[in-house]
Amino acid sequence: MSSLSASEPTTAVGQDVHDRGPAVRVEDLSITYRTNYEANPTLRSALGRMGRSTRAVREIHAVKNVSFEVPHGEVMGLVGANGAGKSTLMRSVAGILPPTSGRIEVDGRVSTLLALGVGFNRNLSGRENVILGGLAAGLHKSQLKEKYDEIAKFAELGDFMDLPMRTYSSGMYGRLAFSVAVNMDPDILLVDEALSVGDARFKRKSLRRMRKLCDRAGTILIVSHGMQTLRDLCTRVAWMHQGQLMMVGETEEVIDAYSEFLEVGKNDTASLEDL
Amino acid sequence: MTSKPTNLRPVESGTLPSDPVEDAVAASEKGRREFNPERHVYEPHRVGLPPMGAYLREVWRRRSFAYEMSRTTLRAQHFKTGLGQLWLVLNPLLLCAVYFMLVDIVRHGNRPPNYFAHLVAALFFYHYYSGAVNQSARSVIGGGRLVLNTAFPRTLLPLSSVLTAFKRFLPTLLIYAVVHVASGLPIGLHLIMAIPVILLLTAFTAGMAMLVSAAQVYFRDVASFLPYILRIWMYATPVLYFVEDVPDRYHWLLDINPLTPFFGAWSDMLDLGLWPSATDLLWALGSATVAVVVGGLFFISREREFAVRL
Repeated sequence: MSSLSASEPTTAVGQDVHDRGPAVRVEDLSITYRTNYEANPTLRSALGRMGRSTRAVREIHAVKNVSFEVPHGEVMGLVGANGAGKSTLMRSVAGILPPTSGRIEVDGRVSTLLALGVGFNRNLSGRENVILGGLAAGLHKSQLKEKYDEIAKFAELGDFMDLPMRTYSSGMYGRLAFSVAVNMDPDILLVDEALSVGDARFKRKSLRRMRKLCDRAGTILIVSHGMQTLRDLCTRVAWMHQGQLMMVGETEEVIDAYSEFLEVGKNDTASLEDL
Repeated sequence: MTSKPTNLRPVESGTLPSDPVEDAVAASEKGRREFNPERHVYEPHRVGLPPMGAYLREVWRRRSFAYEMSRTTLRAQHFKTGLGQLWLVLNPLLLCAVYFMLVDIVRHGNRPPNYFAHLVAALFFYHYYSGAVNQSARSVIGGGRLVLNTAFPRTLLPLSSVLTAFKRFLPTLLIYAVVHVASGLPIGLHLIMAIPVILLLTAFTAGMAMLVSAAQVYFRDVASFLPYILRIWMYATPVLYFVEDVPDRYHWLLDINPLTPFFGAWSDMLDLGLWPSATDLLWALGSATVAVVVGGLFFISREREFAVRL
């Protein structure tokens, strides 16, 4: 049933810190997974299918032979149409999805701000969700206690921190998620289409915060459809299409090529900006 | 125009730490420099299992997640309802009352000596097992976004459910202690064996919890079948009756039931004031080991797939 070979982060500390390689190195990475296309897979339907010997799984080649490197301190953008494999790539760099073949090396503490954000249990308060998420990510309780105040302050949620997350608006969700991600003091921040959260003021604040992170030689890998955001932030951009890496290079160059490919004009702000 | 990385020399897997001593040094090193750079290498595995040493160390390192998770769950489930924590005690007591009446009626009122104490002890013990398995079934699914967004050993999810059930079990032991004394059952050193018997059942439970919670990811109706299976399983376990009451033609049912040795040891010790037999303990140890190995391997070999199956 399983097509995924498991992988495991192997931690090797004690290597020479001064002789640092890239922050992220992806080598010939391919990810294939099987997914069930039933909305609600059940034993009952599986037994039913057995009689007809059909299967309800479908193989997805999400990432195909992708190789690239992100040096320390670089902000690398990732563009591509929906379904290009960007999110899958980000998840595998975060160690959530295992490579089917190839290899990923990540040098540093990773913090993720993926599309679904923080808060796995909507019935728990924001505080409980932040703490549980942090503990799962491997932080110690004492560290979390320190960080918690910063997180709450940055998210500007006030009393809402102690209310169940189902009472939050989607903007509040996004703010909390962003606040958690940047306040974990990551060496490498993975951001997946999350910059459009919050109002204009919060957006500005998050951009400032991300620049600060870059100045501290933090590395950022960012997926966005907002070309202006990418132009502002990124040193380089990679473009993915149907699981393959089309191009890696200077921001302007790649964005131009990508825009041309999408057949939208350079100044077509409506289609290229996060609204 | 397209700048592909040029230094794609194959990296020798020999750079990975495989020496256990070096590993331990690395782990303690990491503990000291928590926020310092870490290095992760993700590679496919041939057999579908991650290196178990590193995996178990990660589980241990993040154990506070399981504690916090079970604390939060308990608080959400009980501490906010009207009767609050009282439910932790009321619920099992009511259960005992119902079964006691039922069995008394069926047996026309002639019950064996110390039947009530036996029923309470065994029912609480079984309730611990079934509660943990029931609760853990939805643990991975319930961790939804956490599983999608964070890399951590997923076994922590079912294990935290077992911990929750254990915390519910502890106050019921106090109730039983009252019943035990009130029934005038023997008190002695043999009661110390409660600890290993509980530990063995906990291990068996953990194995089942991992098995069931992983199965639930693939078949979402497992959690719906489960209460019925666990109910039938209870009737096949010496909970509502003593092992000696079972007619010969049904004895095979107890023989194939992996829970029988746990409950045999439990009631020998509590009802009869005996030291549990070595046979029971060994069988229990065997069942627990098989459950942990099978459940654990099944779960761990599948857990990397959960993120695409949720």
